[in-house]
Amino acid sequence: MATSHSDTADHAIVVRNLQKSFKDVQVLHGINITVKRGTIVALLGPNGAGKTTTIRILSTLLPLDGGEARVNGYDIVQQAHEVRSSIGLTGQFAAVDGYLTGEENLLMLGRLYRLSHADARRRTRELLAQFDLVDAARRPVKTYSGGMKRRLDLAMSLIAAPPIIFLDEPTTGLDPRSRLSMWTLIKELASNGTTILLTTQYMDEADHLADWIVVIDEGRVIAEGNPNSLKARVGSDHVDLIISATSSFTAAQQAIDGRLLQADPEQRVLTITASDGAVTLKHILQRLEDAQVEVESLSMRRPTLDDVFLFLTGNGSNGKTQEIIHE
Amino acid sequence: MSETSLLAPVQPGRRSDLFWLVSDAGIMAKRSIMHIMRSMDQVLSLILFPVMFMLLNRYVLGGAIDTGDVSYANYLFAGILIQTLAFGANYTTINLAVDMKEGIVDRFRSLPMSSSALIIGHITADLVRNVISGIIIVLVGFAVGFRPSASVVEWLYVIGLALLFTLAISWLSAILGLLVKSLEAAQWAGFVLIFPLTFVSSAFVPTHTMPGVIRTFAEHQPMTHAINAIRAWLVGTPLGDSAWLSVIWSVALIAVSVPITSWLFRRHSVQ
Repeated sequence: MATSHSDTADHAIVVRNLQKSFKDVQVLHGINITVKRGTIVALLGPNGAGKTTTIRILSTLLPLDGGEARVNGYDIVQQAHEVRSSIGLTGQFAAVDGYLTGEENLLMLGRLYRLSHADARRRTRELLAQFDLVDAARRPVKTYSGGMKRRLDLAMSLIAAPPIIFLDEPTTGLDPRSRLSMWTLIKELASNGTTILLTTQYMDEADHLADWIVVIDEGRVIAEGNPNSLKARVGSDHVDLIISATSSFTAAQQAIDGRLLQADPEQRVLTITASDGAVTLKHILQRLEDAQVEVESLSMRRPTLDDVFLFLTGNGSNGKTQEIIHE
Repeated sequence: MSETSLLAPVQPGRRSDLFWLVSDAGIMAKRSIMHIMRSMDQVLSLILFPVMFMLLNRYVLGGAIDTGDVSYANYLFAGILIQTLAFGANYTTINLAVDMKEGIVDRFRSLPMSSSALIIGHITADLVRNVISGIIIVLVGFAVGFRPSASVVEWLYVIGLALLFTLAISWLSAILGLLVKSLEAAQWAGFVLIFPLTFVSSAFVPTHTMPGVIRTFAEHQPMTHAINAIRAWLVGTPLGDSAWLSVIWSVALIAVSVPITSWLFRRHSVQ
């Protein structure tokens, strides 16, 4: 785990014991995050987990209640101005000016980042080309599609070529094609050395983009690791078994107890992890046959974010899942 | 694709804080002015509103109002001018509220820019908008019989006080823009504030016809002072204390509003 002591030469972002409350509700209960320079780190979690709050605190939009954080080596409280000069922020809702053209939006941001006129114009030209917005450059942004607005939004965060970029749910609400083109742009950015901290509620997005995933739930880090290690913990594939008769449901549950992830008696569904694929499946079916349980249908699927959370928080079936991750 | 240029070194120039405040505010003002030019409803209300009020008052109500030695067209002009400037400032409330509701304000806050630049930008745009409105009012005024007797110096006084008054009411409107929770509220908040102030003043009728408390209020509120001073300079009605009182009122409103808006703007980020 990359939670060793901070070394700002290697670490673009170091967050220690971050705490935040809104009125009486504590939303962050001591978050720790370390982001190495030049990597993509994903904060993965459901709505309300504290992802956006974390990003807003790190980008100096919200004050923190406790703990400390350094961004690009600068303390986010004491050196907020230096932090702002080091970051680009793309929030959940496209922060673009609809009345201005794409080009004017970029030029305005360049000037607000305090680039010279010449630099602002040069960067605007480069980014319009890179983000495939040259044809739309002179059109008011309110005529742009959702995908174009997001691309412009990201381009605006990059105008001053900051070393660190925060992306808050960069693809939420985008169609599949725009989503893919966003992913390509984010990957390119990282390959050029930019450090990226993004939030997402999609497992596949974190899987595709991130070098390191930090899973957050109810304001706490509940797991972290690279995508493969995290998936290995959750179990690679899930199998949903629908048991034919309610009467044999309990028998079925007992027969496969060791691998059970979730049990839903009402729908007669048992979900199990099949870490070694077909071998597990054969084994399970054999056990069910021995217990004289009839299976109505069987389907195999990749774990979803729901599965990850149920697994990691141990809300799924019994206490066993807890033991597995905290081994 | 120009991949190599992504991390091209871009170094911000080194200048003083004041330089950057002026620069940032200028960029924000340019943005707000582009909004006015590109949003037809703002341009339309900019022209229609003052013209409508001028015509309605001059031809519908004017005949029944006794303004003594001064013709009603001459009496009315200063009132309509100040009323238009005050309503124009409502756009600061609305536009600021729009910005606060949308993601763009978070973007501005995450930038290394001066935090008050956004508000100064809207207020500067207000100034520009109100200068345009003022010119329209003068033209329409001449068309309906306004015949000023002011000297060049008196015209300069009028322009100076009109700008100062606009600035004061714009800063006041900025407070509303930061306080309101919705755009609907932003729209009526300005009207609730400005309508009573314009009607309970010397804008359309002489204040001596009003009953007790209302008359006292009308004669001592800042709008009346501004209207009376401008009317005196333009058409020669008695000036009295109105000139310096309206300057003091305007400066005081600005002095109080500026710190309140920057406090509200900062506090907004805590929510």
